[in-house]
Amino acid sequence: MPTLCRDCLTQFETAPAAKRCPTCGGRRMLSHPELFDLSIAHMDCDAFYASVEKRDNPELADKPVIIGGGRRGVVSTACYVARIRGVRSAMPMFQALKLCPDAVVIKPRMEAYVDASRAIRAMMDELTPAIEPLSLDEAFLDLTGTERLHGAPPAVMLARLVKRMKDELGLTGSIGLSHNKFLAKVASDLDKPRGFAVIGAAETTDFLHDKPVRLIWGIGPAAQQTLDKAGIRTFADLKRWDKRDLADRFGSMGERLWHLARGEDRRRVSAHAPMKSISNETTFFEDTSDPDLLDGHLWRMAEKVSDRAKAKGLAGRVVTLKLRRANFDILTRRMSLRDATQTADRIYRSARGLFDALNDPGPYRLLGCGLADLCPDEQADISGDLLDPGASQRKEAERATDEIRKRFGSEAILKGRSLR
Amino acid sequence: MKISIERGALLKAVSQAQSVVERRNTIPILANLLLEAEGSEVQFRATDLDIEVVDKAPAQVERAGATTVSAHTLNEIVRKLPDGALVTLTADAATGRLTVEAGRSNFSLATLPREDFPIMASSDYDSNFAAPAGLLRRLFDKSKFAISTEETRYYLNGVYMHVADGDEGRVLRCVATDGHRLARVDAPLPPEADGMAGVIVPRKTVNELRKLLDDDDAQIAVSVSETKIRFATPEITLTSKVIDGTFPDYARVIPVGNTKRLEVDASEFAKAVDRVATVSSERSRAVKLALDEDRLVLSVNAPDSGAAEEELAVAYGDERLEIGFNAKYLQEIADQVDRENAVFLFNSSGDPTLMREGSDTSAVYVVMPMRV
Repeated sequence: MPTLCRDCLTQFETAPAAKRCPTCGGRRMLSHPELFDLSIAHMDCDAFYASVEKRDNPELADKPVIIGGGRRGVVSTACYVARIRGVRSAMPMFQALKLCPDAVVIKPRMEAYVDASRAIRAMMDELTPAIEPLSLDEAFLDLTGTERLHGAPPAVMLARLVKRMKDELGLTGSIGLSHNKFLAKVASDLDKPRGFAVIGAAETTDFLHDKPVRLIWGIGPAAQQTLDKAGIRTFADLKRWDKRDLADRFGSMGERLWHLARGEDRRRVSAHAPMKSISNETTFFEDTSDPDLLDGHLWRMAEKVSDRAKAKGLAGRVVTLKLRRANFDILTRRMSLRDATQTADRIYRSARGLFDALNDPGPYRLLGCGLADLCPDEQADISGDLLDPGASQRKEAERATDEIRKRFGSEAILKGRSLR
Repeated sequence: MKISIERGALLKAVSQAQSVVERRNTIPILANLLLEAEGSEVQFRATDLDIEVVDKAPAQVERAGATTVSAHTLNEIVRKLPDGALVTLTADAATGRLTVEAGRSNFSLATLPREDFPIMASSDYDSNFAAPAGLLRRLFDKSKFAISTEETRYYLNGVYMHVADGDEGRVLRCVATDGHRLARVDAPLPPEADGMAGVIVPRKTVNELRKLLDDDDAQIAVSVSETKIRFATPEITLTSKVIDGTFPDYARVIPVGNTKRLEVDASEFAKAVDRVATVSSERSRAVKLALDEDRLVLSVNAPDSGAAEEELAVAYGDERLEIGFNAKYLQEIADQVDRENAVFLFNSSGDPTLMREGSDTSAVYVVMPMRV
């Protein structure tokens, strides 16, 4: 059986009898019948933000480290020491600190993570042009057809990638290798941290059989509930369904589910996966129902969303509003615009309209807004509003303030509203 | 209750009433029609709690009474019965069923108690007047396309009907706008209507009302209060809540200083707009109008899918102008023109444009341009 030593990268066509690598004596041997044939991979860094912090501050090495914002924020990343104590990503900070009172809580240093991510990206770029980053710390890679170029099968190059990340950047990652994106992503999670897991074509069906469907990326608690109602819990349940019935019951998702049930996923690894939405949210220092405070937050969030849209040359036809009540209930609202926008003014006014229509007294702990249904910004704000003749002047004013900020910094000119 | 009624009369009454019933109802009784038989007629009543329709039809009433039954099911049954059939409806209080018999067909339908059916509270109407159906039809038909669907500006989700000063005296006026286009349509003021408070008639009511207005000469009795409006013919009474909100001051939206005048055959124009817009697959298809001495060039340039251009002979004598519009908006306003040429009055490529039919100012439309 094809075998690879993940430490010295020696390849073996038949697995050596010994457990240790005959070349370097390492124990991290990987054997799989299809090991040298598979080429779609998912690379996921291990506790990325926490690992960057531990690398930059060796004193933290054996301490539980939690990355997250403030006393009232949520856990963004927990290192493996903290995970042992039950801390998980997205857990409210107070709960995390209850489980792990001695944790070192660090505010995210995004610049450092972006730098580390760029360095990893540069290493991936040497392997293939077909890279699809999902976030700073994970990406799909398609190494199909690169064996001649690199003189080694994809599995070897991937093992080399994580080895280099460890040696040169001091960061570890896990690899999932399979024959499509869905399974590669599933695989990268099987053997974390510092893992390398393979799901071959021959074993796909057996592998999925009794796995829960929530393994599918995009099946969250809500979708899980809908599937539960249809009696679908595992892939085996899903596979019993007729394609037509699934489509009738779950719409466009139905057909995709039918294919995923069979381990089929024809999405390509694409470097230019279009962005679907832009949003920003903030958790308040204290729950509030003060309309002035909320208004200030809403404006700042709208401005952030607008800045990001402008930076990417995008505009959106849908404005969304998200609020989390003090009791953690989530309220979301959305409205379609006649034409797409990217101005903070229209995002704010639309979201404000949604907020006013809520008629909900609060108090809230989080507020966010966003743009969805994105399009290029040539199509943005192309028609005015008869009933709001000031809109075009405000748009011009916003363009002028953007210019001023570009030259004199983001604090150079502010709306009074943003100081609330 | 037991009645016999001719299938045609029954179908007309039931189908008119049931169209008010929402397809999805969380309150079961709102899916039902209330049938009430007395004397020599039967009444069908339907409501969605905002609109109520009462439709009367002559019937042979053997036993007076009332019940409620699924509007959709009854409508479907009657629709499928053969033309000219005599239909007998019998409500059996003991079994709680309504039987529908016609020829050899026999249906038994579940009912809900009549007491549970919500009857819209009657209102004290401040204004009562009669208007010819043709007049109301023109007012609403020519304005409803501009009604907004935007929920946050709910006060735009209807037609604002009110009394105003027109060019030739007091008029009954309907205005609708969604912020991108606006329609303002005037009709001679029915004498008793002066003093009527302005009301915003919801979109659904406007659509339901249309069914009462087919007969040009019919007189429609209109009653208006601050919260409700009622339209009645001898057979049908449509009562609706009005939108509780303030319609914006539309007068300042209508441009008065636009001087660049284009005159064009409206239907040729609409067809040309439709043709050139074909190449664009975007939702807001932008059409560019390039105007020069008696010449109009319509063009669409969609980088992803293609380009199109068409030239029209028009009457235009002002300086060159290029201005862009949403193709759908242009077509919809051009569609309102039915007798004379369409006259467009422009100012600049960024200002609202006015459109009317010939020199007739009783119906004017305003449309906002797009950047192209």
